[in-house]
Amino acid sequence: MYELKNVTKRYTRGKDTVHALDGIDLTIADGDRLVIQGPTGGGKSTLLQMLGALDRPTSGDIVLDGTDLATLTEARLTKVRSENIGFVFQSFNLIPTLTAQENVETALVPLGIKAKERRELAADALKSVGLAERLGHLPGEMSGGQQQRVAIARAVVKKPKVLLADEPTGNLDEGTRDEIMDVLERLWKEHGLTFVMVTHDSTLAKKAPRLATLRKGRITVTENART
Amino acid sequence: MFFTYLRRELRRRRKAALVVASGLALGIALVIVVNSVSQGMGKAQDQVLQSLYGLGTDMTVTKAASAPAGDDSERPRFRFDARSSDDDSTQSSDRVMVQGFQTLSASTVAKVGEQSGVSDAVGGLSLQVLKVSGQFTRGQFQQDGGGGELRRGGDGGPQGGVQGGGADFDVNSYSVYGTDVTEPGLGPLTSSKITSGRTFRTTETNAKVAVADSAYAKEKKYTVGSTVTVKDVTFRVIGIATADSGDPAADLYLPLGQAQTLSDAKNKVTTIYVKATDSQRIDGVKAEIQKNVPGTTVTTSADLADTVSGSLSTASSLATEVGRWLSLAVLVAAFLVAGLLTSSAVSRRVREFGTLKALGWKSGRVTGQVVGEAVVGGLAGGALGIALGLAGAYAVTAVSPSLQAQLGGTGGGGGFSGGGPAGPRRTAAKTLDVALTAPVSVATIVLAVGLAVAGGLVAGAFGGWRASRLRPADALRRVE
Repeated sequence: MYELKNVTKRYTRGKDTVHALDGIDLTIADGDRLVIQGPTGGGKSTLLQMLGALDRPTSGDIVLDGTDLATLTEARLTKVRSENIGFVFQSFNLIPTLTAQENVETALVPLGIKAKERRELAADALKSVGLAERLGHLPGEMSGGQQQRVAIARAVVKKPKVLLADEPTGNLDEGTRDEIMDVLERLWKEHGLTFVMVTHDSTLAKKAPRLATLRKGRITVTENART
Repeated sequence: MFFTYLRRELRRRRKAALVVASGLALGIALVIVVNSVSQGMGKAQDQVLQSLYGLGTDMTVTKAASAPAGDDSERPRFRFDARSSDDDSTQSSDRVMVQGFQTLSASTVAKVGEQSGVSDAVGGLSLQVLKVSGQFTRGQFQQDGGGGELRRGGDGGPQGGVQGGGADFDVNSYSVYGTDVTEPGLGPLTSSKITSGRTFRTTETNAKVAVADSAYAKEKKYTVGSTVTVKDVTFRVIGIATADSGDPAADLYLPLGQAQTLSDAKNKVTTIYVKATDSQRIDGVKAEIQKNVPGTTVTTSADLADTVSGSLSTASSLATEVGRWLSLAVLVAAFLVAGLLTSSAVSRRVREFGTLKALGWKSGRVTGQVVGEAVVGGLAGGALGIALGLAGAYAVTAVSPSLQAQLGGTGGGGGFSGGGPAGPRRTAAKTLDVALTAPVSVATIVLAVGLAVAGGLVAGAFGGWRASRLRPADALRRVE
């Protein structure tokens, strides 16, 4: 699925150059579940953005199903994101003026799906995360956990190959965190997703079958035998 | 999704949207009012000029001014016999004078008509009639003292004094216009409507018929069929005319031949009314006439418009200069404010747009959403502006402020010199009161809608440009 070879990402701010990623080599197989951990500023989110076709590396290859994302135009990257990649963010990133159902529909808009079908697919996705009764609610009318469920439904409604989650439980309490993780794990299994998650939470990291640790732009991958 | 998102977003930002819409509304309303008032001014000016010219006249030709005669031979003189005190009969005398005392030969009309670019030329004669009628009685000598006693003065003659006698007379002055009945489409009578009876027939070139202005007819109690006597010639009133502007060219209209006879101005005219073949070539035709018909002054509508002074002129300048610039300044400010507010709204929605791009929304779709919101805001402002502008224009028309227009008050050369039947130079400046209206044309509404869309697009361009440049990774990183 993913093949990263010697990926670097540098940011230049004035005279300073930050090496966010420094020669990353990583392989993520189809259906794999990888947790990325590391200190703040270690390059976790940058790596997730590279995997999500949100940004291009300064050098190196990021091959997704045979396509090098590093060489694609902005338009092609947009297409890759719309078809293959689902995102879950720490702050949920829901559109505040749209209902839960409409928020989920936003992921289907770029695919050119008709409104009626969009509504049905969004409703089904929300049912799958336990929000069948909240279709018409605005984000502001829901709890943090519910909002994250809407965000998860939005990420999986288009049946992507990859699910990328950037600290999805970072803004939630422990109880809600577990509920959300249960939902994510269930969907990962049900949809056969490749699931990459960035987290600061050691409890979640310990449960991951593969753990990648990023420090100063360098990566170390460990397999967790207990899972 | 586009409209749902747009509607909800505008509802969420209704205060900002209201500010943008209000700014645009103010600018658009100003444009409508200024445009309408300007059109009203133009209409009022046309009305003023039409009252002198009549419809369809592009220019007039009058005799070039010459130095006034030193003698007073042209002043009207009246001679009445003194009657005895017991004779109460009325004496009456009228004088018919050519207005302005400057005439052109009738052959000049034909000559002007032959000039290139002239479609039609027709002569007219403006007259002023002064009628004095009343009783003029002799005084009687009365001797002083009673009882037949005679007192003698130093020369020994009888003493006494003249008592009684004097004059009780009425002066009536009115204007007469001799119109060429064979050319009913040109001349001052075209600015009046026949409200009773009929106008002249083309065959009535020397008939003793008259058309009276409605105001004069009312004053003198003339109706169709009444008779009017001018210098002992009796004319039958065949029609009553009402001037469109309320200010008639003359009190009485007669066939040109009759007017010439009355004023002893055989084959003379005071004014030639000229219609050009092409309204775009008026200046060229003017130059042609001035070159080929010496001793004449050619006055075009534009020349005459330049002589309009008074509150109409002031208001017109105000509307043109201040109004236009003010509305432009307000519009520019409104566009800028709309643009900046939209741009600022995009800044506040960086995460939102970054997320949408992360979900696979193309930049064009995100930009379209921003522009769509701005255009709808602009259209709302436009609708509000049109409503305000229409209300403003309606208010101006409802109040109909009266404006005064003075024509020909420039005194000397170069100014209005007899464009109308009032005659050249010696005639005092003509003052007209016109009611200002503010007609809103379809073109003005189209302009307003165009401005509203433009305002929305300008605002949308500001915000859309920012949104299109937003890279999803940067957008999401910025809000981490």
